[in-house]
Amino acid sequence: MEQRTPTLRNVAWLWFGISVAVLIVGFQQAIFLVPTDAAQGNVGRIFYYHVPIAMLSLIFPYINFAASLFYLYWRRRDPLKALTADALALSTAEVTVVYSSICLLTGMLWGRATWGIWWTWDPRLTSMLLLWLLYVSYLMLRRFSSTGQTHTLAAVLSVFAAVDVPIVYMSIRWWRTQHPAPVFGGGPDSGVDPSMLPAFFWNLAGWALWGLCIVLFRFSLERRRQLAEQEAALQAIEASLEIPQ
Amino acid sequence: MKYLWHVLDHLRKDLRLEWRSRDSINGMLFFALLVVVVFGLAFDPTSYPTVTRQISGGILWVALLFASITALNQSWGREQRNNVLEAQRMAPSPASALFLGKAIANMLFVLVVEAVLAPIFIVFFNLHALGNLWLLALILPLGTWALVVNGTFFAALGLRARNRELLLPLLLLPISLPAILAMVQATTGVLTADLDPIQISTWIKQLAGYDIIFTTVCILLFETVLNAE
Repeated sequence: MEQRTPTLRNVAWLWFGISVAVLIVGFQQAIFLVPTDAAQGNVGRIFYYHVPIAMLSLIFPYINFAASLFYLYWRRRDPLKALTADALALSTAEVTVVYSSICLLTGMLWGRATWGIWWTWDPRLTSMLLLWLLYVSYLMLRRFSSTGQTHTLAAVLSVFAAVDVPIVYMSIRWWRTQHPAPVFGGGPDSGVDPSMLPAFFWNLAGWALWGLCIVLFRFSLERRRQLAEQEAALQAIEASLEIPQ
Repeated sequence: MKYLWHVLDHLRKDLRLEWRSRDSINGMLFFALLVVVVFGLAFDPTSYPTVTRQISGGILWVALLFASITALNQSWGREQRNNVLEAQRMAPSPASALFLGKAIANMLFVLVVEAVLAPIFIVFFNLHALGNLWLLALILPLGTWALVVNGTFFAALGLRARNRELLLPLLLLPISLPAILAMVQATTGVLTADLDPIQISTWIKQLAGYDIIFTTVCILLFETVLNAE
């Protein structure tokens, strides 16, 4: 087994503590300090959770895509490095599913309170649902494919998913629909009141730290599983050599 | 040039196999026909012509999608019997030629099904298109290729998986959703004449772009999938 240095473990726990602390500050800012939204009342506070998580759930798929490309590149050249890339791809895919689920759920809560309906087939909502479906099917494939080829097939599917997401994401920006217009970088009217910014950025930072923390924990867990598997395979080979022929 | 001959060889082999057994075409035809009849009973299309026009584009594509999934699941099965696939992995022809030949063959099968299904569809649903009907000659092949190229690829990807009959739709449907959206919208636009020609051409362009992107990705990655071990 790999030696785990105590420093690394301390850094991980420190990171975890910091992300929890930042999330607490973000909670205080978003729930108690920001003035109530003039148009929406307290329901508008979902914004500070929904938007940062939506932004992050579009970032993790690209880490997954990059890791899958590295896997495909290293597959024959350096199998051990390739396994590391595969562990990263798996952990980011799982976090993507978690974050996009939270994004869909908070969006539905807000939609029920503001629009009066839980769901509408608006392009924005549809594309997020599609992202969720794609990464659920990615995890399904990892579960169904027989051992030995899981990594390669999953990496191939990840390329397809990564090609699919921008197609849908761009096709939705061309229509005006029910979902509010993009808040940041969406045109001359976009952006929020400066009093809302601290709460937004505290939450964005907090969820980013938290997400990376989960990715790292999941990554090291998967690495440990891979190393244990290699160890077991090695022992099996050694045992088979000792049998007199 | 040599590559083209390899593709044609694979295509010829698939067509000959299908000609001798006629398994997938017959299966697909009957399945699609059943879907049309089931939807016909569910919606009673002859009494509401306007509603029929609005929904029949979607029903046509859903029928074709389900029918092609049933056939695609089988399409690599015949290569697996007697270890033909292993022989093809060792053959000197490039792996993507095998893929292209198989995809074109599947495309031809689905086009035959469409040709038979279209008149039945018009009769059962009492259809009378209001838009430019010749546009369908563009939409149908583009949409079919979008389904078939990804379907052939993912059928090969799930080949050695545990329950591959279940895996194919689970993978194919999410990936194909943009294409399904485009082809259903374009077909409905043609049938109802509600969309103006610019919108229809935008949908067709999106469909063509989808075809180009995913055909490229499939050709690039097929060798990886075929040799995954």
